[in-house]
Amino acid sequence: MTKYVGQRVKRTEDPRLIKGLAHYVDDIGLPGTLHVAFVRSMYAHAKINGIDTTEAFKAPGVVAVYSGKDIATKVGPVPCAAALPDLKVPDYRVLATNKALFVGHPIAAIVATDKYAARDAVDLIFVDYEELPAVVDVEAAANGGTIIHESFGDNVAYKLTSGEGDIDAAMKAADKIVSQKMVHQRLAPIAMEPRGVLARYFPGEEELTVWSSTQIPHLLRTQLALMIGIPENKLRVITPEVGGGFGSKLNVYAEEALLGWISIQLGKPVKWIESRRENVQATIHGRAQVGTVEVGVKNDGAITGLRYNVVADLGAYHQLLTPAIPTLTGLMLSGAYKIPAIQMNVTGVFTNKMSTDAYRGAGRPEATYVVERVMDVIARELNLDPIEVRRKNFPKADEFPFHTATGLDYDSGDYDGALNKALDLSGYQSLREEQKKARDNGKLIGIGVSSYVEICALGPSQAMPAGGWESATVRIEPTGKVTVLTGASPHGQGQETSFAQIAADELGVDLNDVTVIHGDTGIVQYGIGTFGSRATAVGGTAVLIAIQKLKEKASKIAAHMMQCEASSLSFEDGCYTKKEAAAASVTGKSEPVVPVGEGPAGALNDVPTPTNGRHKLTIQEIALAAHVAKEIPPDTEPGLSATYFFEPKNFTFPFGTHVCVVEIDKETGETKIVKYVAVDDCGKVINPLLVDGQVHGGIVQAIGQALYEEVVYDEQGQLVTGELMDYALPKASQMPWFETDRTETPSPVNPLGVKGVGEAGTIGATPAVVNAVVDALSAYGVTHIDMPIRPEKIWKLIR
Amino acid sequence: MIPAEFNYARVSTLDEALTLLAQNEDAKILAGGHSLIPAMKFRLIQPPLLVDIGRIKDLSYIREEGGQIRVGAMTTHYQIEASDLLKEICPLLPECAGSIGDMQVRNKGTIGGSLAHSDPAGDWPAAILALNAELVAVSKNGERTIKAEDFFVDLLTTALEPGEILREIRINKPNGRTGHAYMKMHHPASGFAVVGIAANLSFNGNNKCKAANIGVTGVAAKAYRATGVESALTGVNLDDASIGAAAAHATDGADANGDLFASADYRRHLAEVYTKRAIAAAMKSVPSA
Repeated sequence: MTKYVGQRVKRTEDPRLIKGLAHYVDDIGLPGTLHVAFVRSMYAHAKINGIDTTEAFKAPGVVAVYSGKDIATKVGPVPCAAALPDLKVPDYRVLATNKALFVGHPIAAIVATDKYAARDAVDLIFVDYEELPAVVDVEAAANGGTIIHESFGDNVAYKLTSGEGDIDAAMKAADKIVSQKMVHQRLAPIAMEPRGVLARYFPGEEELTVWSSTQIPHLLRTQLALMIGIPENKLRVITPEVGGGFGSKLNVYAEEALLGWISIQLGKPVKWIESRRENVQATIHGRAQVGTVEVGVKNDGAITGLRYNVVADLGAYHQLLTPAIPTLTGLMLSGAYKIPAIQMNVTGVFTNKMSTDAYRGAGRPEATYVVERVMDVIARELNLDPIEVRRKNFPKADEFPFHTATGLDYDSGDYDGALNKALDLSGYQSLREEQKKARDNGKLIGIGVSSYVEICALGPSQAMPAGGWESATVRIEPTGKVTVLTGASPHGQGQETSFAQIAADELGVDLNDVTVIHGDTGIVQYGIGTFGSRATAVGGTAVLIAIQKLKEKASKIAAHMMQCEASSLSFEDGCYTKKEAAAASVTGKSEPVVPVGEGPAGALNDVPTPTNGRHKLTIQEIALAAHVAKEIPPDTEPGLSATYFFEPKNFTFPFGTHVCVVEIDKETGETKIVKYVAVDDCGKVINPLLVDGQVHGGIVQAIGQALYEEVVYDEQGQLVTGELMDYALPKASQMPWFETDRTETPSPVNPLGVKGVGEAGTIGATPAVVNAVVDALSAYGVTHIDMPIRPEKIWKLIR
Repeated sequence: MIPAEFNYARVSTLDEALTLLAQNEDAKILAGGHSLIPAMKFRLIQPPLLVDIGRIKDLSYIREEGGQIRVGAMTTHYQIEASDLLKEICPLLPECAGSIGDMQVRNKGTIGGSLAHSDPAGDWPAAILALNAELVAVSKNGERTIKAEDFFVDLLTTALEPGEILREIRINKPNGRTGHAYMKMHHPASGFAVVGIAANLSFNGNNKCKAANIGVTGVAAKAYRATGVESALTGVNLDDASIGAAAAHATDGADANGDLFASADYRRHLAEVYTKRAIAAAMKSVPSA
């Protein structure tokens, strides 16, 4: 039954991508399309005293100009779906009305006959700014100073305490309290394809279609309908090819609503494609926490309790999930360890910057970094081996499901197993010996380990802002071709391949007979989307169960056609066979069958009737019969399709251990990663090739955070790293070779046994790299360095 | 990222280009476009006219002539990187070319365009200074040659006059016992030189340094020759101590840049370390007698 699942099936998406034949938003051209450009704030914080659009209106090609006041009452605010107690939610208008609150804040929209005219007119709009002091330092902002949203009285959006257990008693019971302050710097997701929107309104049909590069077409449809005020059943969102998201497109943006609204006003298609500069300015950022972790430990390394006091830099407004992201950090503070008491005290703070929100990992990289970094600090303080401190606190494999003091129940795991495999693969013991020798020769070698756990398959609806299920419809067409409609919206992960693998195996058909369709609300039943490493665990399971439902019906039809009881049929390799016939076939009496994968020839007169006397029917033959509907049981609906909405009962908890070895140039402070080993456990694997790809990409982004990337705003709130000449996105040439391997601990949460792997690399790898650098510098008394570890930071520590 | 409106002229002769330049004071020459086009897209510059010299015949060549190496201004970085002739007679040029940007940049960007742009972190200026090159500029009034050390005037400013086009780079063929190296710290985002040191050394029979030319880029507003290092090396037996002492002069008189990635202090330190390494590598590259 598993001809495809578990195999390294090449991505069926790739040929069109490699050949440049795929269609992204910008590849879609509609006749008469108008183009939109935005005037964006050049200040981080400024009063807008007036906007003079006279010159822009006169410019050649300009069709319309809209400013905040024109539309303040016409388009609803950018939504925030996070629900937290006493959360302050600012009114986030799609264009700034009275004040601009971050560099890149959209102030006016220009519509013109081509994108060049639109851009030229941007320079003809004169905004009368009155610059105000910018709120940049998040710790300072938490304690007073200039207030961004005056009506709130301060810059604190919320304060939240989470965790279980008596933390004070736990700290008292400790032999020692270890503490470390850490900065999780602000990062830009930088999807290869920036955002883009094309909106087309048909005034006659009163129908609006919005093409958007998003991860959540259905949720976007609902939100846009509310913002624009169009009935949801008159709005279609289409997500064509999406060139990466990393969470940045798990959102509802001002530009998406504006384009839809403008198209309705003008009755014409309108398009906007984000520039890279806009992408860095006005697409959500990630991370941006400053916190101090305190851990109570016994002298033998056993942890008694962990407290994390953290200030989260939310930016000027709440995007869809902005305030919720730091709460995910709180959920994952137990890491891979048994910690009896955990407390997180988080303060979410407004600053004059772009909003932070979900970026690959979304709150979990911060938790993992806090825990895995402090494990090394503990080892140093207690003079223990960092591996032993980890082992000491691991739950054993037979302790699952395992309840954490953050309120979660880890589904399954074998943390020792993954750690041991990573140590074996990296040759950890001999690495330590080499390190000693290298130190004797004056070389700085460091070894870092990170044993992570993360939370995937988001998630049970009770724990999600708006539904944690996923949907699938599976249909076998009259010609035997299988159509899978998934509510997940993959954007580079490869689910067109992996879902086809699941379907092909379950139906016993050829992989090439399966087409996976997603990202079009006009075609696909309501779905949630692709984020939080959920698509396979939740969406893939929906596909599996929908197929099982479909097969129940198919077996009824098969039984009817073969004039037997459904219970006397067996299903194998895509064929329903009478059990006695199966026995007969052993003696060579079976009849020829249409080969799997080719299906019936298609013409309706090829219906396999009469079936009297046949002992074997392919599911594809049954599909044709179900559509022709001459030979189906009287109580059965024609057609052969099934829809399933899968609601998971829990999250899943992948885990693993990464080992990183670095060499540091003593003279310049440059860090070179000389070895990288990753052992990940994401449960059952549908396609190892896709898993490897996800792990590689995740590690690259993690190394990016550890060594290179940082969104920097200066004291005036100006974006210093506004383009890729300054924002150091990691490049292939800077990456080491990755040695990857897996352990496989199935999840009991879903019948596929899968957990998720989209974010594992980003979550697990960052602390491994930083731990390695700190380890290399331990001879200099260095116990911690904040990211990104630019060479100058090291030079300053060791010169 | 859309440039302001501009006119575009593709010329087929140098003379046509010079005529257009003479008529349009603010015109810009389009060579490989890898510095010019991004600057235009950010609207940092808005030239009214681009004169595309990419189709002019015979501006792209590498040849040996009269004891000199002559490189046409429109020769791409990749052509230099891949030149067997240069690898044999002037390996510093291919070495420097190979460190520029990425493959796409090297396939399109040109040595002349890069030099005329004079980016303070560009790679070519260091190598050109270390090789004592001459740059041939041509205008309606004829041709003149400019010494490399006179060519780089200030930030993004060269000795080229309005109406002049850089046509050729000439380098005296190294002879005797010489060694070269280009050592660079790449900026992790842009790939430009945080510091880049080109060393061109010639030796007597022993390890005594007969002459030293050290070109420094990335450190200050313009590339420069580290004359303090050069004089400290000249006539000296090179060993770790003498090289270290000489390298300490790498930023003498230079006003070092500081930015997010490297402060002025750190840059000065890097210049010293990379100078030391470039000299050591140049020594190593000397063919054994």
